[in-house]
Amino acid sequence: MAADTLFHRITDYANRADPYPLYAELRESGVTRQQDGSYLVGAYHEIAALLHDPRISSDRRNRTAADAAATCEEDLPVSFIAMDDPEHNRLRRLAMRPFGPPHTPGRIDAMHGEIARIADELIAGLRGKDRIDVVDDFAYPLPVTVICRLLGVPREDEPRFHAWTQEIIASFDPTPGEDLAERQRSGLESRRTMGRYLGELAEKRRGHPSDDMLSAFVNDEGPDGRLTQPEIMATSVLLLIAGHETTVNLITNGVLTLLRHPEELERLRRRPELMPRAVEELLRYEPPVQMLPQRSPLADIEVLGTTVPKGAPLILVLASGNRDPLRFRDPDRFDPTREDNRHLGFGSGVHSCFGAPLARLEVQLALTTLIRHLDNPRLVEDPPPYRRSPVLRGPRHLPIERDTTGT
Amino acid sequence: MSGDLRDGRIVIVGASLAGLRAAETLREKGFAGSLTLVGEDPRPPYDRPPLSKQVLLGRVPAEDTGLPLRRPVDAQWKLGVRATGLDPIEKRVLLANGEQLPFDRLLITTGTRARPWPNPAEAALDGVFTLRTSEDAGRIAERLDAGPRRVLVIGAGFTGSEIASACRERGLDVTVAERGPAPLVGALGGSFGALAAKLQRAHGVDLRCGVTVTALTGNGRLTGAELSDGSRIEADIAVVALGAIRNTEWLAESGLAAGPRGLACDAGCRAFNMYGIVTDDVFVAGDVARFPHPLFEYQLLSLEHWGNAVEQAEVAAHNMVSPGPLRRPHLAVPAFWSSQFGLNIKSVGVPTFSDQVVLAQGSPKEARLVAVYGYRGRVTAAVSVNQAKSLEYYQRLIETAAPFPPEPVGTDRPEPMTPVPSDVPDPAVLSHGPTVALTGHLPDRRLTLVRR
Amino acid sequence: MNIVVDLNRCQGYAQCAFLAPQVFEMHGEEALMYLPVPPEDQLERVRRAAAACPVQAILVGEEAGADVR
Repeated sequence: MAADTLFHRITDYANRADPYPLYAELRESGVTRQQDGSYLVGAYHEIAALLHDPRISSDRRNRTAADAAATCEEDLPVSFIAMDDPEHNRLRRLAMRPFGPPHTPGRIDAMHGEIARIADELIAGLRGKDRIDVVDDFAYPLPVTVICRLLGVPREDEPRFHAWTQEIIASFDPTPGEDLAERQRSGLESRRTMGRYLGELAEKRRGHPSDDMLSAFVNDEGPDGRLTQPEIMATSVLLLIAGHETTVNLITNGVLTLLRHPEELERLRRRPELMPRAVEELLRYEPPVQMLPQRSPLADIEVLGTTVPKGAPLILVLASGNRDPLRFRDPDRFDPTREDNRHLGFGSGVHSCFGAPLARLEVQLALTTLIRHLDNPRLVEDPPPYRRSPVLRGPRHLPIERDTTGT
Repeated sequence: MSGDLRDGRIVIVGASLAGLRAAETLREKGFAGSLTLVGEDPRPPYDRPPLSKQVLLGRVPAEDTGLPLRRPVDAQWKLGVRATGLDPIEKRVLLANGEQLPFDRLLITTGTRARPWPNPAEAALDGVFTLRTSEDAGRIAERLDAGPRRVLVIGAGFTGSEIASACRERGLDVTVAERGPAPLVGALGGSFGALAAKLQRAHGVDLRCGVTVTALTGNGRLTGAELSDGSRIEADIAVVALGAIRNTEWLAESGLAAGPRGLACDAGCRAFNMYGIVTDDVFVAGDVARFPHPLFEYQLLSLEHWGNAVEQAEVAAHNMVSPGPLRRPHLAVPAFWSSQFGLNIKSVGVPTFSDQVVLAQGSPKEARLVAVYGYRGRVTAAVSVNQAKSLEYYQRLIETAAPFPPEPVGTDRPEPMTPVPSDVPDPAVLSHGPTVALTGHLPDRRLTLVRR
Repeated sequence: MNIVVDLNRCQGYAQCAFLAPQVFEMHGEEALMYLPVPPEDQLERVRRAAAACPVQAILVGEEAGADVR
C-alpha cells in the first residue's frame, strides 16, 4: 500500500481496534508526506527528539494552511497546549500553582483517599450485577468525579459539559474528510460555551475562596501575577476536558489489556505493589493519547532523511514510538515489569502532560480496586466497540461478565 | 567473553561512587572471581551532591546519604584504610595498615580530596572547614544550626556557590570571597559568571570578587579574615572551597602516568605508564582519571562530575572483563548539574573548551535560559538555567559538531542572537580549581628514566 | 531502602514531587531535592515515584555496604 494513504488508514474507523500493524508500517516507511500535506513520524527516537526540539511549534497559527482550530480570539484564547514558549511556560506555571509543586506540592497526594473512596463507591454500586460496562459504570464516572472536585465544577452539570466536550474532541480529530471544517466550527462554538460556563463558575468564587483550582485561579496571586479571565476560561476548559477524557481511556484500555492477559491480571491481584509499573507499561502499550496532531516546524527540518517544510502539519504518533523495536525489546509484548520504560504515553518535553500525576494515581487506584473486586471477569466482546477518535483512542463500551457469588 | 577474564582477583582502590558502580558492573557482566574494595573513608559509599545542598540546609542528616545498590556486589570491603602504594611488577596494592593485596586486575577510583587552606595554623582554627566528606558536611551543618553571625566562603566555584546558597536559605549572613572576576567563571566562563554574580547579590550574598583572603584570624577560634583589598570581615565559620586535589600521591612510585592532574588513561580506561605505554591490567575511572575525548580534540580531560564517575566506571568495568575487540570507549558527552539560589543549572559538553558563548533561548531576566558555547566555529557546550528539557537538542549539536553560532531557533530567544567572548579564564587566576580541567597541553612533569 | 536520583537525566517533570511530596521536593521550578533515606512509611509512595519518572532517573535499592557498617 502506498505511504500516502497510510494516514487515511490509521484514521479510518475500521482500524480503530488495532492500529498497531499500521504503526509498524509507518515506522518501516520512514517520514513521508501524506495526501493532505501532513507528515507522520512513528519512530521512537525521532519523536523523542522532536518533542525536545525548539524548532517545533505547537501553535497552529504557525501552519502554512491555517484552519479554524487556529482561531485565536480575545475573549477566548487558545489554551497553553496550543502555544509556544515563553507564553506557554507562563500560563502553564500559573495553572500549575494550585495543582502541584513547587507551590502546592501535596495536592495530588492528598487526593489519594478520596480517589480510592470514589472507586469503592462505584464498585459498591455494582453489587449484584454480573454484567458491567467498564466505561459507563466505572472508567468514566471516576475521573469525572475527581476532576469536578479538583476544579470546583458541580458534578451534576456533567451532562452539559459532556456534550460540549464531545464536540470539542471531534474538532481535534485530524481525520481528513469533508466534515473537518464543520467539526472545527462546532468545536469552537462548544469551547466558547464551555469557557463561559467555567468562567462564570470561577467568577462566583472571587472573594469567596474555596478549596478548588477555579477558586485559586481567581483569588491567589503569585509572583507572576494571575491568569486573566479569558485565560482562566481557556485553561479550565483544557483541564476539565483533559482531566476526564483521557483517563477514561487509560482505565478502560487497562482493563481490556489485563483481561487479554489473565496471568498478568492474576499477578497484579496477588501483588498490587506492581501496579505503578504496570500502569507505566499500559501507557506504553495502549496509550490514551495515540498521537499529537498539532505540531509544525518553524523552519524546514530534516527527519530521517526527509525534509519537513516549515509550516507543514507534523503528526507525532506516540503510540507507534512506544512500539518501536529500536527502543523497546519485544515491543508488542505487554510486560508490567518492563525495565527502563521511558514511554511516550504522556508525551515528553515542555508540553508533557500537565495532569500526568493525577492520571497515574487515578488509574493505579482504579485498576487495583477493580481487579480486587472482580471475580472471574470475562470479556463479552473482543474487540469492544471503539470511540471515533483516532487521537484519544479507547473503547466506547467495555462490557464484561463476572461471577457474583459472594460479592 | 573469555573465561579467564571472568575469573581471578580484582581490586578496586577507591570505594565511592565510581568504585561502587564499577563493582556492580563487574558482577553484572559475569565477573565471578574475588572482588575487593578499598576505601579511605570509613563509611560505605555515599552520595556527595546532597552534602552541599540538603545536608547543609539541615533537611538530611549527613549520615543519611548512603548510595543504593543496583545489584549485590559480593565484595570484600576494606574501609577506613588508605592505599599507600602500588607494586606493578608483583601486582600488589600496599595498604596503610601494612597489608598487601595481590590482584590480577586493578581499578583505580581514588577520586579527589578538598584542597586545604594553605596555612596549616589558620586551617586548624576552630570554625575553619573544607567540604568533601559526609563528616565535613555534618560538622558544617551543625555549626550552621548554631546560628553563626556570618559565614565566610572562600572560593566561588560550584561548591562554594552552593554553600553560599544554603546559608542564605537558612537566613544566615554570608560573604563569598573569590579571586576571579565572578562566581562559576572557572567552569562556565566570565559571561555566565556575570549572571551568577547578579544572582548571588540578588539573594543577599556579600560577594567580593577579585580579592583573596590573605589571613584567617582568631585565637583558637576563627573570628574573621583579612582580604587582599585591605578590608576585614568578621565571621565565625569559614568554608574553604578552593577546589580539589587528585588522590594520586600513593601512585608516585608506581611508574604510572599519575600526577597532580590525575592518572592518564586511554579511551578504554586503561592507565598509561609514565612512558605513555598503555597497561592492560590497571584501569582508572572517575575524578582521578585523565582521558582523551574525540569531541575535544583528544585532549585529556579530567572531570569532577557525578555522571562521569558512573559512566566511566561502567566502561572500565566492562573492559576489565572483556577481551580487546569487545572493549568500549568512554565517549559520553560530559554533563553536570548544580542547584543554587532556587535555580537548576545544567551543563552538557565542556564549556571551558570555548572561545564564544551565545544566549540561544530564554532570558536572564526570567532566569530561564540556554547558553551555547562554541570553539572555533563549532558547538562545544550548552548550559541551561531552569530549562533542562531543552538541553537534549543542544547536546545533539555538540555530538554532531554543529556550526557555531547555532542557527537561531524557536520562539523564545533574544533577537538578534549575538555571540560574545566566553571569557574562560586561565585557571591560575581563580580561587577554586576548575571542575573540568583541559590538561592535554599542560604536561604535569618531565619524564625521568627509571632503571629497575 | 535508599534513593539516588541521576540529576543529569532529570528534566524537572516533577512527577516524584507530586507522588511522594514528603521525599521529593522541587526547589524552585526545576531543581529537585530529596531525602536519600526516605522514612519507612513513604516507601510505597517512593515506588510510585520511581515508576512514574519519565526519564527513569530514580534508583531505589538496598544501601551499599550496609553489611559492612
